[in-house]
Amino acid sequence: MLWSLYGNVLVQGVLTGLVYGLMALGLSVIFGVVRVVNFAHGEFAVVAMYAAFVLFRSFGLDPFLSMLPIAAAFFVIGYGLQRTLINPFVSRPEHEQFILLVGLAIIMVNGTLMIFGPDARSANLPYSFDSWEIGPIILDKVRVYAAIAALAVAALLFAFFRFTSTGVAIRACADNLVGAAVVGLNVKQLYALTFGLGLACVGAAGALMVTLTDATPMIAPAFTLLAFTIVIIGGMGSMAGAIVGGLLIGIAEAMASVVIAPSMKTMVSFGLLVLVLALRPQGLLGRRA
Amino acid sequence: MTAKTSFSRRAVMAGAAATLAAPGIAHAQARTLKIGSLLPRSGFFAQAGQSMHRGVLAAPDLLKELGYNVEIVHIDTESNADVARTQAERAINDGCHVLTGAFDSGHTLAIAQVTEQRQIPFVVNVAAAPQITEQGYKYLVRNFQTGGQLVTNGLRLIKDVMDAKGIKFEKAVFLHANDTFGTAQRNAMDAIWPRVNLPIDLAEKIAYDPRAQDLSVEVTKIRALNPDLVMCVTRASDAIKMVRDMVRQRFQPKAIISPGSPGFYDEEFYQALGPLADFVMFGLPWANPKSNMTQAFEKSFAKANPNNRFAVDSFNAGFAFEGMLIAADAFKRAGTTAGPQLMEAVRATNLPEHIMIGGPITFDAKGQNPNIGSALVQNLKRIPTVVLPKDVALAEPVLPLPAWQGRS
Repeated sequence: MLWSLYGNVLVQGVLTGLVYGLMALGLSVIFGVVRVVNFAHGEFAVVAMYAAFVLFRSFGLDPFLSMLPIAAAFFVIGYGLQRTLINPFVSRPEHEQFILLVGLAIIMVNGTLMIFGPDARSANLPYSFDSWEIGPIILDKVRVYAAIAALAVAALLFAFFRFTSTGVAIRACADNLVGAAVVGLNVKQLYALTFGLGLACVGAAGALMVTLTDATPMIAPAFTLLAFTIVIIGGMGSMAGAIVGGLLIGIAEAMASVVIAPSMKTMVSFGLLVLVLALRPQGLLGRRA
Repeated sequence: MTAKTSFSRRAVMAGAAATLAAPGIAHAQARTLKIGSLLPRSGFFAQAGQSMHRGVLAAPDLLKELGYNVEIVHIDTESNADVARTQAERAINDGCHVLTGAFDSGHTLAIAQVTEQRQIPFVVNVAAAPQITEQGYKYLVRNFQTGGQLVTNGLRLIKDVMDAKGIKFEKAVFLHANDTFGTAQRNAMDAIWPRVNLPIDLAEKIAYDPRAQDLSVEVTKIRALNPDLVMCVTRASDAIKMVRDMVRQRFQPKAIISPGSPGFYDEEFYQALGPLADFVMFGLPWANPKSNMTQAFEKSFAKANPNNRFAVDSFNAGFAFEGMLIAADAFKRAGTTAGPQLMEAVRATNLPEHIMIGGPITFDAKGQNPNIGSALVQNLKRIPTVVLPKDVALAEPVLPLPAWQGRS
């Protein structure tokens, strides 16, 4: 009985952790290249959740499908945002970047509150309540689908950075900005592409999240905090670190719920954060500055 | 043509005296009571705050019909105790004669400090923390049950429904949010459970973080304990997560009953879960569906809020209205808006005809209304329906909980 409890909890931790990882991936990609910390990260995720909700309610579009147009739209938004609003702040002091993005976050939270109100909104898919029973282990269908989709998106992003010339150019910008500019790379455009890719990840993650939890404007700061915790644990700027951090947080929170108490699980993830900052400040897979 | 005006010292003094006396004269002469309605209409408690606000919007029509003149100032406390405090100050400075509010106990206590200092009556419409009426406030009354009363009445109703349906629960689990309200309810449960002598083994009390993205692990834990009764103290979004994970994990208890908390009767709960929202129960103070005033208020509510269902909002809207009613009635009897006299009239309230289930609205020496009753309410066809006590019930309780699977 006890091992089936731990088995179920572990599986849930892994599945949730993968979606967490995808959400944090966008933050990590943007910081790793553009060196701007997106303090409106959770708010973008919530906007994506509402977009998936609206597409589901209006056109019956399954969020696992709508994540593609949402990610594309978020790419365009991210690209445009970087070229117009963020770019002038790239070389400015961090506190000014902070104010800019927090301001953007406040606008988004209040905007969603005005449009959708404070009530929780969810996409009730026909299989929302289905599960598979494999021996004593129960697997939620949507959680499994969301984890697979998160893995697929992360794999695509890894492949893009590894195997395409634009991806390699972006990595060059991240590694050596001056060198990249000297060899003639269009840094401004690459930055905008990166910001777009980061937001596309958030868009996809938001669409997946709406299948797991309800969209409310007020959860945005919690998402931002969660993404930060994951990215710091995994290593700022490390894409693999974001996925590993997400998994670690997912599993640690789930196991803490059983071993300690459900209400203590957030404390455990922050405990992990403190531990990593003390022992390996660059994060588990991050590089020393 | 010019007019020569000269001011003597005596004239200036007389003018100054008149200016200083003006508020007092205004108090004496006011024909309309200006009520400041402080509610968390944005932020964490926005959902409940908006629900209460809909009751406030519906209030003036019915109050006018009942012969009361009120002007309501709508104030958002932004789910923040500091904002609640400063907004209370501002409302009083802007001429509010009475304040009502404030849904959250922390906000209520913050406002109470201001109203006490400024000697302005404060009618608490929803807030359960016991200390609100235990700190000796002279300018505060509460027309709501304390946390302990909520739990005691909720547990008594569980016993009543067991007796009514001839069902015995062997084992129970208590799941609660670890926020201020949830923890207060847990403490009340710790104190009251041994005293109510329910023949049920309370196997475990599980606290969860209300900010959690899901309650899958909590439900896994409950499932491992296999109780036939799940008691819970949740907010709407957590209640959705809990039921959703129970269905996904194919966990089927005999009953899910909240002994005194919101969550199961919010529109978002019905929207998110559809038929799965049915048959859960909650024991709470509730609008008396058989009261004439409730029926009249339902009409005003429908007129003021054509897109909202009164059945769903009746708890929040009902208490919001009663707060206004208490203030307006006191003003009518006092004939003045002066704080001390108005407060005296508030404390002397005796309203036999009102909305919520229970005896007449009166206040004891501490400012607590001791006559508020509770009802066992069950979701039937996505409508919260009173099923106990029998004298106000509209339907028979359905127990055990029908299977999740196969609900269409």
